[in-house]
Amino acid sequence: MTPFSFARADDAAAAVRMGGAPGAKYLGGGTNLVDLMRETVEQPTSLVDVTGLGDAIEERADGGLLIGAAARNTAVAGHRTVRTRYPALSRAILAGASGQIRNMATMGGNLLQRTRCTYFYDAAARCNKRVPGAGCDAVEGFNRIHAILGASPACVATHPSDMCVALAALDAVVHLQGGAGTRSLPLVDLHRLPGGRPDMETTLEPSELITAVELPALPMAARSTYRKVRDRASYAFALVSVAAALDVAADGTVRDVRLALGGVAHKPWRAAMAEQALRGQPATEASFRAAAEAELADAAPLAHNAFKVELAKRTITAVLAELTGDRA
Amino acid sequence: MSIIDTVKQAATGMMVKLTPDAPPDPLIARKHGALGTSVPRIDGPRKVRGKAQFAAEVPAENMTYAALLYSTVARGRITALDTAATEAVPGVVFVMTHRNAPRLKPPALFQTDPRAAGASSLPVMQDAEIHWNGEPVAIVLAETQEQADHAKSLITVAYQAEPARLSFAEAATQSHQPPNVMGEPAMIQVGDAEAALAGAAFKVDLTFRTPRHSHAAIEPHAATVWWDGDQLVVHDTTQMLHQERWTLAGIFGIPEESIRILSPFVGGGFGGKGLWSHQILAVAASKLSGRPVRVALSREGVFRIAGGRTTTEQRVALGAKADGTLAALIHTGIVAMTEHNNCPEQFTFPARHLYAADAMLLEQRVAEMDMLANTFMRAPGESIGTFALETAMDELAEAMGIDPIELRRRLEPEKDPTSGHAFSSRNILEAYAKGAERFGWDKRSPVPRSRREGEWLVGMGVATATYPYYRMPGAAARVTLTRDGHARVAMASHEMGMGTATVQAQAGADRLGLPVENVTFEYGDTLLPAGTIAGGSSQTASIAAAVTAASAKLVADLLKRAGNDSPLAGLSADDVEARDGGLGHRDGGDRFESYASILGRAGLEEVSAEAEAPPPMEVMSYSMHSYGAQFCEARVNAVTGEVRVSRFLGSFDTGRILNPRNATSQFRGGIIMGLGLALMEETEFDERSGRVMNPSLAEYHVPVHLDVPEIDVIWTDIPDPHAPLGAHGIGEIGITGVGAAVANAIYSATGKRVRDLPITLDKLL
Ligand SMILES: Cc1cc2nc3c(=O)[nH]c(=O)nc-3n(C[C@H](O)[C@H](O)[C@H](O)COP(=O)(O)OP(=O)(O)OC[C@H]3O[C@@H](n4cnc5c(N)ncnc54)[C@H](O)[C@@H]3O)c2cc1C
Ligand code: SF4
Repeated sequence: MTPFSFARADDAAAAVRMGGAPGAKYLGGGTNLVDLMRETVEQPTSLVDVTGLGDAIEERADGGLLIGAAARNTAVAGHRTVRTRYPALSRAILAGASGQIRNMATMGGNLLQRTRCTYFYDAAARCNKRVPGAGCDAVEGFNRIHAILGASPACVATHPSDMCVALAALDAVVHLQGGAGTRSLPLVDLHRLPGGRPDMETTLEPSELITAVELPALPMAARSTYRKVRDRASYAFALVSVAAALDVAADGTVRDVRLALGGVAHKPWRAAMAEQALRGQPATEASFRAAAEAELADAAPLAHNAFKVELAKRTITAVLAELTGDRA
Repeated sequence: MSIIDTVKQAATGMMVKLTPDAPPDPLIARKHGALGTSVPRIDGPRKVRGKAQFAAEVPAENMTYAALLYSTVARGRITALDTAATEAVPGVVFVMTHRNAPRLKPPALFQTDPRAAGASSLPVMQDAEIHWNGEPVAIVLAETQEQADHAKSLITVAYQAEPARLSFAEAATQSHQPPNVMGEPAMIQVGDAEAALAGAAFKVDLTFRTPRHSHAAIEPHAATVWWDGDQLVVHDTTQMLHQERWTLAGIFGIPEESIRILSPFVGGGFGGKGLWSHQILAVAASKLSGRPVRVALSREGVFRIAGGRTTTEQRVALGAKADGTLAALIHTGIVAMTEHNNCPEQFTFPARHLYAADAMLLEQRVAEMDMLANTFMRAPGESIGTFALETAMDELAEAMGIDPIELRRRLEPEKDPTSGHAFSSRNILEAYAKGAERFGWDKRSPVPRSRREGEWLVGMGVATATYPYYRMPGAAARVTLTRDGHARVAMASHEMGMGTATVQAQAGADRLGLPVENVTFEYGDTLLPAGTIAGGSSQTASIAAAVTAASAKLVADLLKRAGNDSPLAGLSADDVEARDGGLGHRDGGDRFESYASILGRAGLEEVSAEAEAPPPMEVMSYSMHSYGAQFCEARVNAVTGEVRVSRFLGSFDTGRILNPRNATSQFRGGIIMGLGLALMEETEFDERSGRVMNPSLAEYHVPVHLDVPEIDVIWTDIPDPHAPLGAHGIGEIGITGVGAAVANAIYSATGKRVRDLPITLDKLL
């Protein structure tokens, strides 16, 4: 680990000021950043601890929910309103990492956690994300955990967060504060696809701080869920995951649907094509499968991850079927 | 060198006391002692309170902390190495590379001598040559670990890479038989197995693949070392104290007596805690810097410089006759190894002793690669050998349309199929019968994919577990009896969490006729009488045999000292037994004198005797093995292919069970490790670079609690009359057969056979 200075920010404005220094990084729970510093993948010269900033979870007048960026993952997952009105979010968080890590991890840090691509983690490997232009050792290497959608020849990594998949499905909005003031951004626009610049992972401005995540009032989210498929029963990243909310009309057709996938792309993947294919269709396994096929029509698997294409289709179908049943 | 060879050597020209037909250990018949009871772990309270000091926790004045830099190429030469920036980092004490390392002899390779401990015979940091991706190229000492870690990251190294043998498939084309496999022949042929296979009524001919595994003990390798003048002190976490001492003495060219190694606690060994390069580098750097050194490997460090289980490709072909007996048994295969180590993963060993067959072909080959030396890992060979053999047995049973347990019954041999020896103790069918009844095997449908609960397909599988009985020669023990009726039993042996200290206190208590609270077992220090390695599940028997010898000597001495005024006067050692805190006539009458009385009359505070165990002649005349039947219920998700093991039962036949609580834990631990082997463990070795790509417990998966169901464990508890205490070692058998039991259960659930490990969900979609 490279030596660094450490300061705690008392408010967002101070954080943004300190975060603007060259080589500065925000520190949430540190469960990802500190790991990467130990591997010298990240080498910030100063850390600005933002865990003292807003961590409240507030219900808004319009029925939405505002979650401070410093809120711990455990607190969010266990929050009553989250559990009852946005069960997909609670389940997604609880499907991730371990109890200890979730106790430390913050909302902001979870959003910006970095890929688990093993070549990214190993300074001896070639990685365009770590060293732009160096090449990508994953494309021809171990890529079982890599992307099948939206990847580029420069990078085939996935975004590893579970929580973000639920947020993507639930139309979450990210609140930001930067040198130029505050703004907000739909979560699905926060992360970028790799293109030619996999090192640029988000649309954030330099030193822009995440201050909160907002969940809009979304009545259908009460009937939402998250399903994660992984290599062991717990404490493993998703091979494929699905977050979904479903609203079925009295006549058995799909009135509305939200669907997002994890483990398949460089960003939490909102399955817009599948959603479109489903609206107005009968809520049957056949339509679910057809929608899943539509979403994955452009999937481009690598040597070791072709199974994810079928796995994603099956998981989407099963999750939507579950939401139409009584169990959801 | 094999145990047999060592025994032969040891037996040459000496009187062998323990002949094959020596009477059974009298403790086997004793019913009301400490043995056989669940004495709680003596080390437990200290560990729970955090008071057990491990090697990375031993304090030293003036300590320095080491960081190792690992090579990033598999083969080649260092062409440039710049440590200037490193040396300028505040707190850095010393930097050692091949340029300033002291001249060291290569480590004596394990098994080239009974005293050798080297995991590899490669010289350590002696030149610019690189032999595997991850080889240490520099060691940095600093005042703190953080300074050392940072300083190490500033070293720049340039390599001239050379072509390396990194593809197992390519290396396999150049494979050859090793000179021996753990001292046994690499190939055994009985009749013409291929011809017998061709003519068999039922046959299966299958290929299995198993991946590399890395050691993942809870305690990563670590040592704290210092020199006191020319005396070297090493606090290590090791399963081979005296062997490590002898080997270090050779490497550094110093007398063995000037080295003391202490290892009171080992946080899991599993075969991995031997002599690797980090201890050697720490000792050398401590010598040159004049400071104590703590080297505590990171988890990545363990993956890069401490070897694990190697990869194999195995063929099992079975040909059965119409009556259901075997015409042909073929088990052959290739493992990856280096030319600097000798660990050919004895995967054909189970087939050598389990089944009767008219013709046999068992052959092991090795393919040399440029990689970290592989090493022992819980039941090396037997764990993955039983995966192949026992999956094939299941497939044969199905081809024949009979129950897999019935097939094993038909194939039960009368004597050892390859050695021809009588079995010392073999109750495998009883283990099967008991296990089947308790598990509810009769509820299994012979038709795969016939049980479904919601999304989950449910199936049951069974497989044989087996592991040899070993007793290592060369162990010595000292028994000291004090006037207040306490005893200390001492041998430089190892407590790696198995319960050695507890069980040996129990055995010492029964041997000396004392309550278990009065007996202490001392271990973990080379100042004590030399022990053997804690490997091959041999330590319990090895210690017991030495303690028996030392106790006999002590009894003879006590009788002599008792003199003519003792009620024991005139009795010989054969006439007496230890009981109730003293010695008494075997006839149970009232000729008895307490130890306190004997010592009191002799005016002694304590007496002590030391003796070496007789060579393990029992293994030369009998086929001595442990057995078990592993039963698994697996659920496979029909949508996602995810596997959950929902029930597991191990039914074991391992001689007498000395401490049921410890034994349960050993068996369960082995089974859990077997679940990892079956379902998830895999070291990702990138064949382009020779680099391990998942050197972390986040990406190298071992089972977590949620992967482990309630595991039921039962045993026959039938003593082996030819083993000390009637017991076999039980550390390794638990993992054997698990891979196949799981694979067979998955087949029963889904109708899919997976023959390459681990059985991940993508293989079941
Ligand atoms: C062994 C292991 C297993 C795991 N398994 C899973 C899993 O299964 N599923 C899963 O989803 N996750 C998993 N995780 C990842 C875990 O969820 C993340 O590490 C965690 O959410 C990161 O949160 P943090 O607060 O600790 O972030 P930090 O590590 O503190 O920071 C992460 C990044 O976010 C930036 N940052 C933090 N706060 C802000 C802010 N307010 N504004 C702008 N930038 C900010 C930091 O600068 C840094 O770049 C696992 C982690 C580990 C170590
Ligand atoms: S996939 Fe992306 S993160 Fe992984 S090595 Fe390639 S460029 Fe780096």
